[in-house]
Formats: sequence, C-alpha cells, structure tokens
Amino acid sequence: MGLRIERMRIVQEGFTLDADLAVARGARVAVIGPSGSGKSTLMGAIAGFVPLASGRILWGGADLARQPPGERPLSILFQDQNLFPHLTVADNVGLGLDPRLRLTAADRQRVAAVIARVGLAGKEGRRPAALSGGEQGRAALARVLVRARPLLLLDEAFAALGPALKAEMLALVADIVGETGATLMLVTHDPQDAIALAPETILVAEGRAHPPRPTAALLADPPPALAAYLGRNAQGASAAADAPRAGRAAAAVRRGSAP
Amino acid sequence: MRPTPTVASIAAGLLLAGMAQAQTPVLTVYAYDSFVSEWGPGPAIRAGFEAGCGCSVNMLGMGDGAALLARLRLEGERSPADVVIGLDTNLTAAAAATGLFAPHGVTAALDLPVAWDDPLFLPYDWGLFAFVHDRTLLPAPPQGFAELADSQLRIIIQDPRSSTPGLGLLLWVKSVHGDGAGEMWRRLAPRVVTVTPGWSEAYGLFLNGEADMVLSYTTSPAYHRIAEDDDSKAYAPFREGHLMQVEVAARLARAPNPDLAQAFLAYLVGPEAQAVIPTTNWMYPAVMPDGGLPEGFGAPPAAGAALFLAPDAAAAMRDPALAEWLAALSR
Amino acid sequence: MAAGAATGRDAAGFRRAGGAAAAAVAAFVLGPLAMVGLAAQGAVAGLQPGDGAALRFTLAQAAASAAASVALAVPLARALARRRFAGRAALVTLLGAPFLLPSVIAVMALLAVFGRGGAVNAALAAAGLGPMSIYGPHGVVIAHVFFNLPLATRLILQGWQAIPAERFRLAATLGFGPAEVARHLERPMLREVVPGALATIFLVCLSSFAVALILGGGPRATTLELAIYQAFRFDFDLGRAALLAALQLGLCAAALALVWAVALPAGFGAGLDRPAGRWDAGGVFLRVQDALVIAAAAAFLLGPLAAVLAAGLPHLAGLPPQVWTAALRSAAVAVAAAVLTAVLALAIATGRARGGARWAEAAGMLPIAVSPMVLGTGLFVIVFPLADPAALALAVTAAVNAALALPFALRALLPAVAEAEAGHGRLATSLGIGGLARLRLVILPRVRRPLGFATGLAAAFAAGDLGVIVLFAGGDAATLPLELFRLMGAYRMEAASGAAVLLLALAFGLFAVFDRGGRLGAAD
Repeated sequence: MGLRIERMRIVQEGFTLDADLAVARGARVAVIGPSGSGKSTLMGAIAGFVPLASGRILWGGADLARQPPGERPLSILFQDQNLFPHLTVADNVGLGLDPRLRLTAADRQRVAAVIARVGLAGKEGRRPAALSGGEQGRAALARVLVRARPLLLLDEAFAALGPALKAEMLALVADIVGETGATLMLVTHDPQDAIALAPETILVAEGRAHPPRPTAALLADPPPALAAYLGRNAQGASAAADAPRAGRAAAAVRRGSAP
Repeated sequence: MRPTPTVASIAAGLLLAGMAQAQTPVLTVYAYDSFVSEWGPGPAIRAGFEAGCGCSVNMLGMGDGAALLARLRLEGERSPADVVIGLDTNLTAAAAATGLFAPHGVTAALDLPVAWDDPLFLPYDWGLFAFVHDRTLLPAPPQGFAELADSQLRIIIQDPRSSTPGLGLLLWVKSVHGDGAGEMWRRLAPRVVTVTPGWSEAYGLFLNGEADMVLSYTTSPAYHRIAEDDDSKAYAPFREGHLMQVEVAARLARAPNPDLAQAFLAYLVGPEAQAVIPTTNWMYPAVMPDGGLPEGFGAPPAAGAALFLAPDAAAAMRDPALAEWLAALSR
Repeated sequence: MAAGAATGRDAAGFRRAGGAAAAAVAAFVLGPLAMVGLAAQGAVAGLQPGDGAALRFTLAQAAASAAASVALAVPLARALARRRFAGRAALVTLLGAPFLLPSVIAVMALLAVFGRGGAVNAALAAAGLGPMSIYGPHGVVIAHVFFNLPLATRLILQGWQAIPAERFRLAATLGFGPAEVARHLERPMLREVVPGALATIFLVCLSSFAVALILGGGPRATTLELAIYQAFRFDFDLGRAALLAALQLGLCAAALALVWAVALPAGFGAGLDRPAGRWDAGGVFLRVQDALVIAAAAAFLLGPLAAVLAAGLPHLAGLPPQVWTAALRSAAVAVAAAVLTAVLALAIATGRARGGARWAEAAGMLPIAVSPMVLGTGLFVIVFPLADPAALALAVTAAVNAALALPFALRALLPAVAEAEAGHGRLATSLGIGGLARLRLVILPRVRRPLGFATGLAAAFAAGDLGVIVLFAGGDAATLPLELFRLMGAYRMEAASGAAVLLLALAFGLFAVFDRGGRLGAAD
C-alpha cells in the first residue's frame, strides 16, 4: 500500500483543489498540468505544508494528518532553496540524519559515503555558493539518500537547470529510486520528463488532481485542458484557442521540448 | 523575565555576602549618594563607628535628599532603614508629616547660627547658598540680587523641581523679596544662561566657562583651595544674607536597631565624624571640632549673614514661589 | 509558502515563545506604571496648568528634532550611499557614536563645541563676530540632531542600499543623470523610508529630559518627563506621575499607530558598508558636494566627541581604582542586557515570522517612550516587598536597558528573521528542523548582522544608564555612570572628565565589538 488520497479538498483564497487517488508503492508518477492548476499545492499537502479542508492523505494505510512535515515518510525538493547557504555540503546532507545536526562518527561516515555516491567527493567542506547548479542538485539528492524515506516528491526541482544538466539530475534520481525502491512523484512542466521517467502521470487541471494514468496514453489523447496547456507550451498563446487533436498535440510536445 | 546567568550570579554573590554578615547586628543607613561615595564622608564615618559598635554598617546611597525622602515614603513602615542622613530643612516638614521618624534622643552642643530644638531631626552639618565665581575673571562681584539683576553677568542655576540647591535659591529669593520675588525673578531671568536638573551639571558647566557665576555654597571655594591648591574661586557675599541649609539625620520609628541607631546619631555629631565633614562633604560641621576648621577652609560668614527659614515656613512658601519662578523664567 | 511557516506544532511553539516574551515586556512596562498608580492609594490625580505647556513643548521639540534630523540625514545618507573611500565603513560606525552616549556626556560634549567657551565661539570671536548662544529651542534641536542624526542616517542609508544595484545599472543604460535618478529611484524610496525614520526619532525625543532642560535654557523647555520628575521628587504625587507617564505612553502608542499606517523602515542593522556601483554621480560638482556634506557631518558629530576625549584623556590614567572596578561592573551589566535583548527580540521576531499576532510586535515597541523615572519607581514598588533592591540593582539595570533597546532590536531583527523564514523556513520544516535547532541552524546564521547591531545597542545603553540604577543602587555596587556622577558631585570635575572618556570608550567599544562580531560571522 502506497499513497492514498481520499476525497481530499483544499480551499485557498479563490481556489479549490480536489483529489481522490492512489499511487502504488514503488511507482514513478509525473504530475503535470497548467500553471496555477495546483500541482505545487498538491505536493505541499502531501508534504504537510498545506492544510486540508476535508479528506485524508494516507501512507501505508496510516493517516498523515497528525505528522508534521519533517516526520512524514517522504523527502521533498523544491525548485530552489534546497540547501542552506550558510552550511557546508556535509552539514546540509547531515541534516538529513539529524535535524539538530548532532552527528556520530558513523553518521559522518554515512554522509561522506552518500556525498561520494552522488559524485561530490572532496567537496564536503564547500558552501553551496561554491558549487555549480548541478553540484547543488547532487548535494540535495545526497540528503534525500541519507534520509531514505519511502516517498520522494520533486516539486519542479532542477527546472532552473539547463536541459543536459536536468537530464543528468533526473538520471541520478532514477538511479536513486531504483536503488532504494522509493516511490517518486515528480511535478514538471516538461512532458519529456514524464515520458522519460514516469510510466504514470497525474493530471492536475480545473481544480482537480486526477488519478494516475499511463503517461503515453495520456499524452497521446489529452483531455481538453491538458491539450490547451501543451499547445501553449509548444506554439505560444495563439494555439490555446484551438481545439487541438491528440496527435497534433503529442507531436507538438516532441517538437517543443526537444533540446 | 529571567535574569541572565551573569546577573543572577552577581545578585547571588551579593546575597551571600549579606548572609555572611548576619552574625553581628547590621545597622542600615540611608544617605544621599555623594555622602556615601568614596569621596564623601561616608566611608570614614562608617569605619569609625564600626570600630566601636560591635556591629556592621550597611550604608546605602540614593540620589539626593529629595530622592531619599521619596524612597522612605515608598518603603513606608516596611523600610529596613535604621537611620537616614541627608534631609534638609526644606524637606523636614514633609518628612515629619510622614510619621516615620522617632526622636533622636541625642544631646549635643551644636554650633549652628540658629537655635535648634527639633526632637526628630539632628543637624550634622550646614551651609549657605551662594553664587560662586572666579575672582581673577570677576574681581568685583555683585553684592545682592538687585545688583546681579542689573549686571551683564551670566549665571547658571538649578531647577527647584529636581535639585536641592535649586529649591534653596527659590526660597532664598522668596524669603528676601517676599511679594516682590516674582518681579525679582523677571529681572534675573535674562541673566540665567540655563537651568540644570542638578548641582553637578551646573557646577561642571561653570567650571567649563559657560557662565560667570553658579549657584552653589559659600564653602565651594574651599574645595578648590584645599584639594586643588587653586585660590581663584570665591563666593559673592550678598548684603541681604544667604539662605542657610541645615542638613539633618534622623532615626526611623521602626528602626530594627533603635539603640544602635541612636548611638550612630551621637557618633555623627561627635568629634571624629565632625572632623571629617568639612573636607569630604564641603559643608560647615554642626559641632565645631576642637582644632577648628581646616586651614584654607575659611571661617563661616558672620552669624547675621545666615538666613534661616523654619521648616514650616519653607513648606508653606514652596508652591507659590515655584509658580512665580516658572512664570518668570518660562517667558 | 507562508502557510508552511505558520502551521504545525513547531510554529505554534515559536508563537508561544514570542507571545510569552512580548507579554513579559508588556508586563515589565505597564506593570510598574500600574503599581505607581496603585501606590498613590486613591489620591485623585489631576493635570496641572503647566502640564499643557509641557505637553505642547514635548511634542513641538520632538517634531522639530525629528524633522531636522531627517532633513539633514537625507543628503548625508545620499553622499555615503554613492561614495566609496578608504575608511568609509569605519566612518559609518563612528558616526553612530553620539546615539550611544549617556546624556550627561553628550551635553558636556556639545557645550565644549557650541558653548560660550567652546570652539565655535572661539572661532567667531577670532573672526570678529559676536558670540552665538546654544541655549534655547534651537539648542534643544541641535542637541537632538546630534543624538539622532546617526540613527536617521542609518535608517535612510539602509533604504538607499536596498535599491538593487541592477536598477542603478538600468538607470545608467538609459542615460539617467542625478536628477532622473533622484526622481525615479531615490524619491520613491524616501517616500517609504522617511515616515518611519521621522516617527522613530520623534518617539526617541518624547522622553527627553535633561538635554531639553539644559540646552533649552530653563523651564520653558519643560518636557513631560520633567513634569513626571517634579510629580515624584517635588510633590511626591504618585497619581499625577502615573497619569503623566500614561499620557506619554499614549503619545507613543498614537505615534506608533501612525507609523504603521504609513510603513516602517526595515532592517537598519544590515549591510551598511557595501555601496552599490554608481554611474550617475561622477560630476565634479557632486563629488565636491558629497565630500563637503560628509566632512560637515563628521565635524558636527565627531567634533564634540573629540572635545570629550581631549578634556578627559589626560585624567584617564589618574582615575581611582573604584572607577575601573565600576567599569567592569558596567561591562558585565551591558553584556547581560545584550543577551537579554537578543533573547527577547529573537523570541518576538521568530514568533511573528511564524504567524504570530501583531500585538506581540507592538508590545515589543512599548519601551521606546516609557518614562524611565516611572519604570524605575514602579519596579522599586514591586521589588521592595520581595527582595533587597540594592541586591537587584544591577539585574534591574540590565533588564531595563534590555527593554529600552528592544524596539530598535526588533526593527532590525523582524525583517531579517522574516526573510530567513521566507527563504529557508519551508526547507527546514521539510527536514523536521524545529525549536532551538531551527534557531541555531537556520535563523541565527542568517540574522547575525542585525543581531550584532541590536545587542551592541543594548550593551551601549546599559553601560551608559543612569536612570534606574540611582533608584536601586546601594553603596558598593556602583556602575561607571554612577561613579562619574559621584565624581562630579564631589567637585572632581577633571577626574569626571577622565571617567567620561572611559564611559565613552566602554559604550562605543561594546557596541563596536557586538556589531563587528555580527558582521564578521555573517553568512553572506
């Protein structure tokens, strides 16, 4: 039993989001939808940042409602601010083992090991400002590794990186979830990411997060809201008014997002 | 609000020090701050009394005479004080009205220019308010308020609302000029450079050259002569005389150690303590020591120069005089 | 994600701590006031005819002082913002010194320059001109400008440096000259920053007393605080003292409400030594103008301090040992006050940043216009039945000065803590970093500069305090300002001038150590 979202409703100023869905343990799911549709809000709700108006979120059958964000069985990476700029790489990673940063010798060895695993050996003592964008992503993923939580949420993490770097990061993510068996939920505005990494995709649109569907099928035959979003993505605002057919939209996806 | 460790340890240290002394009786004496300070008469008098009393003296300094009385009124009957030193005749009427004081029971041959028979308040020194100047700069100072008002001199005085000498000047002018005091203040107002909250600021400004004269005491020049070997400061004798300030001590009615308190008051007007007063408090002793005043101190002005205002008269005069002063100087 | 910062057990814990700190401060300020009122034992308090005049003068001098300070601070801050020169950082720090001075020393310092026998009149006489008098309403304003120009400059300079460097670059690409830069970049910033600066200085000047009286030249310069003093010392009318103090606090609250209605200056503890690159101010005329402004301000602010140093340095070595002991005692009190201010300000600021109510912030601002006389007396009334006041004199001095510095500490810390939470609060929460670990690992490293400034201010205030200590002190635990006053009271004016140098060095040294400490360890 993985993640279950039961008749969840989130109400914010002039905005509601409903969801009733499940994600199987070990699954890799993309979350896509138009800007402002509530993708990040959904992630925030799972992570414990956004209060629910009604409904439940369960992991392994247990309601998460009473668990504060840091105790939930998940790690989350945001688009930015994933590292504390005043702490070294080793400390940033070490926080994944103990939020008070009181580390034993064994802890430190483990930190060193995961830093080496993500390819940052020798850079433990650096501060984030002294790392490249890709290295910062690796450091954040190293912390995900030591936390070893069963669910990993990526909320447009790496979106600010260039295409090649982003692909590299997502490959590392794929390796990590492959090694740890973690469940992955990945918010992206790039359908290519979904195709590359996630067999299933949750569509968030018009106030609702839909249950996961096979990614290829969804992109091949997108519902109108997704089609409009994808069309705009490929061809600019003028295409949004069209009622695009599936094949054209899918083709547009490939054209628009090719490096 | 929790005190921080540093402060807590300081406080704890003080408390422990207090407990260590609890074996012998502790006489608690309140005095004004400059009496208690290292340069005042306090340390010598305390040591002298402790040498013979089999007790220890806890001498606490607090502001000036008015602050002392305010403190006693705030503490009321729960006050731990045995003795208070430093009220003056401008305050004793209000002090007596509190009912906090007991008769001092000390008989001493006082050398005051006035007869003294107050059973509650025992004089330990006295002084005369006067304007002090530098005689190298001002060889012929004015000899009265009218002459001062007609001069081009600049004076600094203290605010009667916050300062003992300031109140003294207020009552001095009022007792000399009576109904004409308001008019005199109007004439004096242009001469007043500024008014300070306390004596220290005024005297400091005078020494820095901010004014030609400052309200102080006839004994002030003695400090410069004796301690600084500087003979340039003098006071200006006024024809109408100088208001007298008699500083008194008293015993609290609820004193925890009434006998020690009485013994302390007797010591205060005894020869040892009185010999210390002139060159530490820079006032005339209430009982002239056998050796007379120290060399350079200068004899007190003739008895006729001292204007004495009885406590009741001072109390009655205070509020109307302040109103006149405020009206004249606020314009 | 604001909701993330404000929800959850950890946020509630921070809000509780902030609320507790704010409640403690409010009780510390209002409790003594109430106690003084109660101690009046039902005596009917009424205002007297002179109180109206005192109120009018208090308001007028505070308003004039605030206006003059800000008007002069604008060109000074502009000059400092657009010039780089050797020693600029040191000059900015030094220019802050007058704000830290105990008022007795400040008055003496000013009169050494502007007084009858001061340097200005000596120069006028040499030029064959008549003497000028400092005493009068203009003297009060000059003195308050001397005190508060540094604060106003700091507030406004902060505004200048908050304009992103990119915008000056954009202005350069568009060919803006100084006039266009002023119109499009600087004036909008000033509209935001100036009201807060005005109000802050207005509040600081509300409780002025000795400075106003001495430089005002007499009782026409009677402020509310002097009226309170009179009610206590002359009339022993506690009811009236409490009433006047409440009036003073009410003025403060009204002024604060007004400030909040217009916008508050933010974070004047941060980044004052990093000028942005400027391309619009290269003209010779502007260079000369800025140089003159900076030189004039330095002369006005540092000249009197130099006079204090010149008068006192020769007597420093001859100071009696008690004075040095007292200096150590004052240093200990200062450090305690600094620590307490840091604890209170951090508690309130983090509570606010985690969704705490605004009243906590308001409570933290209360001490800015509290009457020291009433605060001290009320505390005495509270403490006396419970403990020996003399034993608590130093602790109370530290606590009172921590409270007095708190409004400034909050102005510096609130925005910085809010920014730290906005930037990394969500990440910290996602990793389960809460409580003291959050303070240590997430907040403190991001707010070291403003915290250094705030603690330095508290330390300097406490080192120079001569308010509460007088009411509580006993014989043996004198602080340096008290020893200074005792020296003056014992005719020892020269030794007192030496002690003044020591006090100046102590207050400024403590401030500089804390302020520098904050900057050295700053994360950015």
